[in-house]
Amino acid sequence: MFGAILWFAFPINKPGDTLLQNALFFVLGGVVVISALCVIYFRNPIYSALALVTALFAVAGLFIILEAYFVAAVQVIVYAGAIMVLFLFVIMLLNLGDEESLEDRLSWAKRVAVVIASLFFAEVFYITIKLVGSVNAPKVTSGQPVGDPKTIGELLFTKFLLPFEVASLILLAALIGVITLVHRRSDERSHTSSDT
Amino acid sequence: MDWLTYLVLPLIKIAIAIGSLLLGVMMMVLAERRVSAWLQDRHGPNRVGWHGMMQPMADGLKFIFKEDLIPGHVDKPIYLLAPLVILVPALMTWAVVPFGTTDPTQVPTLFGQPFKFQLSDLNIGILYILAITSLGVYGVVLGAWASNNKYSLLGGLRAAAQMISYELSLGLSLIGVLMISGSLKFSVIVAQQTDIWDWNIFRQFPAFLVFTIASFAETNRAPFDLAEAEQELVGGYHTEYSSLKFAIFFMAEYLHMIVGSAVNVSLFLGGWHLFGIENIHWAFSILIFCAKVTLFLFFYIWVRWTLPRFRYDQLMMLGWKVLLPIALINIVGTAIILAF
Repeated sequence: MFGAILWFAFPINKPGDTLLQNALFFVLGGVVVISALCVIYFRNPIYSALALVTALFAVAGLFIILEAYFVAAVQVIVYAGAIMVLFLFVIMLLNLGDEESLEDRLSWAKRVAVVIASLFFAEVFYITIKLVGSVNAPKVTSGQPVGDPKTIGELLFTKFLLPFEVASLILLAALIGVITLVHRRSDERSHTSSDT
Repeated sequence: MDWLTYLVLPLIKIAIAIGSLLLGVMMMVLAERRVSAWLQDRHGPNRVGWHGMMQPMADGLKFIFKEDLIPGHVDKPIYLLAPLVILVPALMTWAVVPFGTTDPTQVPTLFGQPFKFQLSDLNIGILYILAITSLGVYGVVLGAWASNNKYSLLGGLRAAAQMISYELSLGLSLIGVLMISGSLKFSVIVAQQTDIWDWNIFRQFPAFLVFTIASFAETNRAPFDLAEAEQELVGGYHTEYSSLKFAIFFMAEYLHMIVGSAVNVSLFLGGWHLFGIENIHWAFSILIFCAKVTLFLFFYIWVRWTLPRFRYDQLMMLGWKVLLPIALINIVGTAIILAF
């Protein structure tokens, strides 16, 4: 069923398509959709996090179908291997589990969320309808795959050098911000403990 | 012929690879007990079969016939999933390791196709290894959480913190190797180490040091076995597991060791090359590779029964303040040498 929905939503016109690639696309696409829904609908935060890991994996699988092995590997290393492990770590450490009180607190936010989500969905839907059929995937000219590490590296250090550096600066700023916040709080704590 | 090359040959290779890995695990379990006994001036298990060779069989049978106990307080789906999550990445890592010659002129042919001794020569080989090893922590963390036991949870949290910390050094240490070889492919990296002085252990000694220590930490082996420190945490993350599920956790540890040694041998110790002999016969190439891996595994056992366990703050200090700077300096140094 999800395969059928995806078929109507995103008819892919990629050169060199084979039956196997198409079949894998629908299987993995279905996994992405189902596990993304599971992230929202599971009541237990650990289960939600695991569903998100599954979704990220299936997206990595989609990259592999497109022969973008490098992007797939980076997807698994960064998201599944590092970020989601930290998420799980934090969830376990905080031992979240009291969903009932969470619901009471967020009842007003729900209405706002519905409005924003429907706006966003309408926007995505509009763009998809408008673009389907007008955008063609870039054709692979030589034997070099699109997602080759060498190609990506060259592009990152020549054509996209500025965005690349800006992105790394933003990450660095976030890192320094976290360290400063934690540092200040631990300073305050040491002061209060010395006072008492 | 398409289905033959795309389906049958890979399946045969996978069967051989997994079979030999599991055989290796059996041998390792026995070797661990015999070598530890030797290091402690004991005899060790030597009653079952010739020099105790059938002991792993006896152990395996015992695991199978134990009652498969699932405690009532566990989170059942994740509790059942965790052993699989730890076993599958341990097996998957083997896919890119060349365990024999990959030279097309030397390999034997099967059904008219060259039979290379490597499951898949991905053009992102090293990244694949990093991606799969970064998943190993899930099995430990999920098993720990699902057990609903404070000792398990503490072990799991320790494992997660430790593995994330050491993964950084592990990845950074490989960048030096990558810069020298100019390729992420294992076949290329191994082919460049034909002569003994071209082995990356000599050209990239700091990287070798960092990689070896970090891979000890990634496998949760002593002196980094804080995740299952039995004096403090009963058994750590697998406290609540019994029977075959415990056996799977146990097997996964040894699989990680074998695969870690194989990756280390391929990246730093010349893979299946020895004494710079070119055009080596394929059978000898496999033998050489196995011998190198065996020596490295002996090193693993030797270290475990020699060094005491780190304290937690020492572990974190070693990872962040010693190994990470060494790996970073190594990258800068290699880059400077390569540039001039």
